[in-house]
Amino acid sequence: MLQVSIYRYNPETDSAPYMQEFQVDTQGRDVMVLDVLHMVKEQDNGMAYRRSCREGVCGSDGMNMNGKNGLACITPLSEVVKDGKLTLRPLPGLPVIRDLVVDMGLFYKQYERIQPYLQNDTPAPAIERLQSPEDRDKLDGLYECILCACCSTSCPSFWWNPDKFVGPAGLLQSYRFLADSRDTATRDRLAELEDPFSVFRCRGIMNCVAVCPKGLNPTRAIGKIRDMLLANAT
Amino acid sequence: MSNMRSLSFDAIIIGGGGAGLRAALELAKSGKKTAVLSKVFPTRSHTVSAQGGITCAIASADPNDDWRWHMYDTVKGGDYIADQDAAEYMCSEGPKAVFELEHMGLPFSRFDNGRIYQRPFGGQSKEFGAGGQAARTCAAADRTGHALLHTLYQNNLKNNTTFLNEWYAVDLVKNANDDVVGCIAMDIETGEVVHVKSKATVLATGGAGRIYASTTNALINTGDGIGMALRAGFPMQDMEMWQFHPTGIYGAGTLVTEGCRGEGGYLVNKDGERFMERYAPNAKDLAGRDVVARSMVMEILEGRGCGENGDHVFLKLDHLGEEVLGKRLPGIVELSKTFAHVDPAKEPIPVVPTCHYMMGGVPTNIHGQAIMQDADGNDKIINGLFACGEAACVSVHGANRLGGNSLLDLVVFGRAAGMYIEGALNEGIEYLDASESDIESAMKRMNRWNESTGGETVPELKRELQSIMQNSFGVFREEKNMVEGVKKLAELRERIANAHLPDKSNAFNTARVEALELDNLMEVAEATAISALERKESRGAHSRYDYPDRDDVNWLKHSLYFPADKKLGKRDVNFAPKTVDTFEPKVRTY
Amino acid sequence: MVTNITNFGRSGLSDWLVQRVSAVILALYTVFIVLYLLLNPGLDYATWSGLFAQTWMRIFSLLAFVSLAAHAWVGLWTVTTDYLKPTGLRVGAQTAIILAIFVFLVWGIQILWGA
Repeated sequence: MLQVSIYRYNPETDSAPYMQEFQVDTQGRDVMVLDVLHMVKEQDNGMAYRRSCREGVCGSDGMNMNGKNGLACITPLSEVVKDGKLTLRPLPGLPVIRDLVVDMGLFYKQYERIQPYLQNDTPAPAIERLQSPEDRDKLDGLYECILCACCSTSCPSFWWNPDKFVGPAGLLQSYRFLADSRDTATRDRLAELEDPFSVFRCRGIMNCVAVCPKGLNPTRAIGKIRDMLLANAT
Repeated sequence: MSNMRSLSFDAIIIGGGGAGLRAALELAKSGKKTAVLSKVFPTRSHTVSAQGGITCAIASADPNDDWRWHMYDTVKGGDYIADQDAAEYMCSEGPKAVFELEHMGLPFSRFDNGRIYQRPFGGQSKEFGAGGQAARTCAAADRTGHALLHTLYQNNLKNNTTFLNEWYAVDLVKNANDDVVGCIAMDIETGEVVHVKSKATVLATGGAGRIYASTTNALINTGDGIGMALRAGFPMQDMEMWQFHPTGIYGAGTLVTEGCRGEGGYLVNKDGERFMERYAPNAKDLAGRDVVARSMVMEILEGRGCGENGDHVFLKLDHLGEEVLGKRLPGIVELSKTFAHVDPAKEPIPVVPTCHYMMGGVPTNIHGQAIMQDADGNDKIINGLFACGEAACVSVHGANRLGGNSLLDLVVFGRAAGMYIEGALNEGIEYLDASESDIESAMKRMNRWNESTGGETVPELKRELQSIMQNSFGVFREEKNMVEGVKKLAELRERIANAHLPDKSNAFNTARVEALELDNLMEVAEATAISALERKESRGAHSRYDYPDRDDVNWLKHSLYFPADKKLGKRDVNFAPKTVDTFEPKVRTY
Repeated sequence: MVTNITNFGRSGLSDWLVQRVSAVILALYTVFIVLYLLLNPGLDYATWSGLFAQTWMRIFSLLAFVSLAAHAWVGLWTVTTDYLKPTGLRVGAQTAIILAIFVFLVWGIQILWGA
């Protein structure tokens, strides 16, 4: 029997959030945390959490498992359970809608702010724009982001200034377009990032790198943006 | 119901996957009042899981590549019940749609000359099958679906598309003339139920792989659009045609791309034999998916399966080397480590055919307009209703879809639907408003769940449905088993009609969404079961022990399932492409 | 672009650069003073005062004082914007900080160049 402790809050009935204990029989198998949640939901129909692809590519089920952010669907119990106990909380730093479901509005707003789309002011050719494999390699480690918010919600700088600091996820995507040889809006993009908050609130804490379920490195991308800003302004 | 809030749009697109977002982009650019209504944030849609690529004759790997060869492969792959006008449209318009994606920023992998990387996929040929294996699948490593979906979402942001994210469409609203004039939808976050009025309603709700116990599909693939259309009384086409992907990870069901075999991987049985050489001497592991899946099941049934129970085979990749794996198949390495506890650079991956794709769906023409039949069996456009992507059956995939053709289907027909709707809106569309009682009837099942006081619960009923489908309507089918399956489904329908929703709260009530999804799974399962039982032949993905041969005399036809009397009719396949000669049915070998 | 009027150079980039350059200067100054103290064990007032009577030492010291002021302002401004969310409290704290830094800076200059 696995003891699971889960953060519960239903705005219609609860005046304050609380932790609820569940006993789950995994029959000794090393299942994923998401499977455990399915089992809990059969005990308590009202348990709310997001899920979709169940294979770690859609980014729905980011949550805090025994103190560390990650995706429930690709986190096996063996990796996270300590002393036979599993504690599940919503991603920290964002408003809770219900149980493990957070309001991702601010996170998405910061993503939209960096203009997350290719901009190219030259007329498009009849075929694709050519790009050398070396230039394409520069996008590896950047475009794979699944917007699960594990990184930004583990970042103290994002906790303190979620409205002003773009956060690791947004900045990783910002650099994805700055690094793309096909994008021509580099100057405008950099101008938008020069202020003291958007990029420079990053203090190099590197929680983002520690939790990214896709193994990406936002801190490095932020460093590259700083280098570009410096090169551009000096 | 008069206190229900209503929203009005020129076009409402239900579903935020590849097809929905591509249609929305077209409409957003035109300035029409459009909204995408999606039960998940768009980048959580199942398109994100597509791996291997988007098949299209862009003449990059081979400068002489020709979309007609692609069309031939598609028609042959579909075992000749793909509509040839639709396949022609998809294959010829494809390059334009793919280049558009690249211009939008999709990070395709590249060849040394800077052009888009293309890899070989199953069922691909040059010169109408005479020129050997082609490499026609454009790829962004093995994360093409992710790259495509994010690119489309990003470009919708750029064009200020309105999104109703985490809204669930409950049912279609029809007016007195049976035109579709919108839908009833629920804001999942607040539980508010809203009447969405629109001149064009696009079903881009994707597939329904969750009718099977073992599937590569996301948990959200519950056939919501199919369910809504069936409840509205509209027919479904080719619902017996379900693709079983040869390489789902044994035990977990997660997909391992056909690109693995395109890059040189192959399947082996317990003796280490590359058995596909026996079943498809030419194409071997790159034969059509239906052929490979059947061959794997044959191996297992004949006692040459791997593992303790001999119930799977192995996909061998270690000979490709870590560099190729890391460069071309990084996502697969990740997935097999997580779900099979196997490093493909060292050991083979245990795989088994797994439900993957619904070839059937809402019958449409190439503009995405949904089609029904009039009393004389002639096609009749359903006013106001459109479908694209996996939810639609255009039909370009016929009885078996080729790998990489689904992503092309999404962007080509999403775009086509958007363009057609834009034109129609410009000419002016006026339908009769829905009356109170029209809305009332679209609210029926929602109210039923909300008023339920006792009965069986959703998860156990869902499990039962999935096990019936898995056992009676899998890779191989036969009469007796299917008759029993149909009977069990009929009983299950009764039980679901009396099932209970214990949690009736409003804020982010996922239990209510799952209950509503169960109704849709039921609709899809029954349509599949009855269609499968009635199609008395073997064709493409539909193979029967009791009718092992293709029957072109009686069944060179689409099947059409009518929900009102649960009967199966037929619809003619289009054999009249506009610019090329018809591809006449031939014996299908690889 | 997040606009802000109370930070040092109105640009995150210049703040960032100032923070790093001033840190280097402060490090050099600290190392120098520590080494000087170690190399002069029986330090008396005359020697100490003699050191600061030299122009190069006065310039070096002034550079360090200005660096300290800039470094402190950028750092403390960041801390106030992280942790002090009510506007009144934050502006009050920032005013107090800048006044203190100003006073300490002028006082330091007076000690250095005065008398």
